[in-house]
Amino acid sequence: MVAWFWKRDKDAKERPRKVVIAEGLWIKCDSCKEIVYRAEVERAGRVCPKCRYPFRISARERLALLIDEGSLEERDAGLVSQDPLGFKDTKRYRDRLKSAKEKTGLEEAVISGLARIGAFPVVVCVFEFEFMGGSMASVVGEKIARAIELAGVKRVPLIILSASGGARMQEGILSLMQMAKTAAALQRLGEERLPYISILTDPTTGGVTASVAMLGDVILAEPRALIGFAGPRVISETIRQPLPEGFQRSEFLLEHGQLDLVVERRDLKETLRRLLAFFADRPPLPVP
Amino acid sequence: MPEALEFEKPLLELENRIAELRASSDPLAARDEIASLEERLRRLQQRTYASLTPWQRTQLARHPKRPHTLDLFRLLLEDFVELHGDRLYGDDKAIVGGLGRFEGQSVVAIGHQKGRDTRENLARNFGMPHPEGYRKALRLMKLAEKFAKPVFTFIDTPGAYPGLGAEERGQAEAIARNLREMAGLRTPVVAVVTGEGGSGGALAIGVADRVLMLEYAIYSVISPEGCAAILWGDAAKAPEAAELLRLTAPDLQGLGVIDGIVPEPVGGAHRNWEETAAALRQALRDHLWELKGKTSDQLVQDRYEKFRKIGVFEETT
Repeated sequence: MVAWFWKRDKDAKERPRKVVIAEGLWIKCDSCKEIVYRAEVERAGRVCPKCRYPFRISARERLALLIDEGSLEERDAGLVSQDPLGFKDTKRYRDRLKSAKEKTGLEEAVISGLARIGAFPVVVCVFEFEFMGGSMASVVGEKIARAIELAGVKRVPLIILSASGGARMQEGILSLMQMAKTAAALQRLGEERLPYISILTDPTTGGVTASVAMLGDVILAEPRALIGFAGPRVISETIRQPLPEGFQRSEFLLEHGQLDLVVERRDLKETLRRLLAFFADRPPLPVP
Repeated sequence: MPEALEFEKPLLELENRIAELRASSDPLAARDEIASLEERLRRLQQRTYASLTPWQRTQLARHPKRPHTLDLFRLLLEDFVELHGDRLYGDDKAIVGGLGRFEGQSVVAIGHQKGRDTRENLARNFGMPHPEGYRKALRLMKLAEKFAKPVFTFIDTPGAYPGLGAEERGQAEAIARNLREMAGLRTPVVAVVTGEGGSGGALAIGVADRVLMLEYAIYSVISPEGCAAILWGDAAKAPEAAELLRLTAPDLQGLGVIDGIVPEPVGGAHRNWEETAAALRQALRDHLWELKGKTSDQLVQDRYEKFRKIGVFEETT
């Protein structure tokens, strides 16, 4: 379970043993580097108690935090990637897929299905960044397009939680075309007057930002998430200067009018409940 | 980029010798030699252009003397009027667009615009648009829809510009919105990759009823240099990356991403603009006339299905 937890442990072993860290009891924040009490982080939904940075979490963990317990009815879990280009660099694409599957326990970089949030039925898609950087494979595009169509058929709101480095190079132009495919499906959903809430998490860049992520009727983001079209390294190499502090973070996008709201992880479910109540035009049910 | 590509040099040498002999004091005496050189030239051309590598095609697609969007507008359209600006922020010179007449039909034409020398390239930002470029393109497409005119888009960009201002003003949003709005545009759209189809920055004006490519154009999710830098930490390995990416027109046709290939003259579009434009005119006319027979509902439906089915995967249970 819990990749970040073991990763922190490994980090701890690599550091000079000046700070003695009890196995699993304490962890170091990715952002402020403070050593914090693990149970406290867990209680806050994997958020640093010192600086409020939301740790990167897996798609499964995200679902557990957001949807009503046991409400997920997963769809299209049997869609698996092939190797349409026969892509082989230092490693074969098929081998990369295999290790991503072993690492995450998932077949691909997105989980989709029907679920309930505050008792409101929704279609939900969650990207798994640990699966090849949440990149847009044919399967990812297909699962999202099907999920969008499912929202249309069931006449329920769509929620997509993005975390992606963008296109999947190993699928070449087919990856790029998934942007057009998913955007076209969202166009239809809009024609049907069904709401789409997009939630951007750390990091959301490249082709996913330039398609599904920025097309929400409402766009939310977690604090300090990296969000952009081009990656910061590419930009700083292009303009040949260092980037300003906070560039391409959620707060920067909010400041520039690109987002509706930055929402802390602990408030996300309540915010969704209110939004879903608005679109359903009825009051949210009381929290059980 | 040098005036002549490496693989073009033997051909240009032959051409120069033929020209010299023709211009000599006694061209009649050299008649036999000219004929034999011309025969050699023809065979060498055939051999060279029948077996171009993906990297050589990439070089042709980027050739500075290749006809660019405004050149093609001039050769294909009558009574063209360029329209500027996105009505929001500015006028991006990396994307041009306007109104014109094509074969007796009013059309809105839009395309990326590269420069031919340093000064032009600085003005055009090397054909790399900012959000305002994509917003201008969309504004013109909506104008076309309003007045029921078809749209042509010419794609020729290394990609959307990765810069501070571009990010501040919503590069991703501008591209995403174009993808969505083009998918629902209730008028015929024909897109042609005329040179370099650079990723999302290209696709942002490429969601069309018909997507065509000039014979030596390329269309890719990432530049060969970018791909090589990621894979091997070395942009100089771009020729190898070009092989991996399957970015040539025949590759894309095989993958079901494009609907047709427009032939280029021997040696590539930069060797003969008129011939290039004539072939393109023919292709545009054929596709446009087919699309004009469809209702707007049918157009949008067919366009949806066209993009909806792109992708390769396996369905297990």
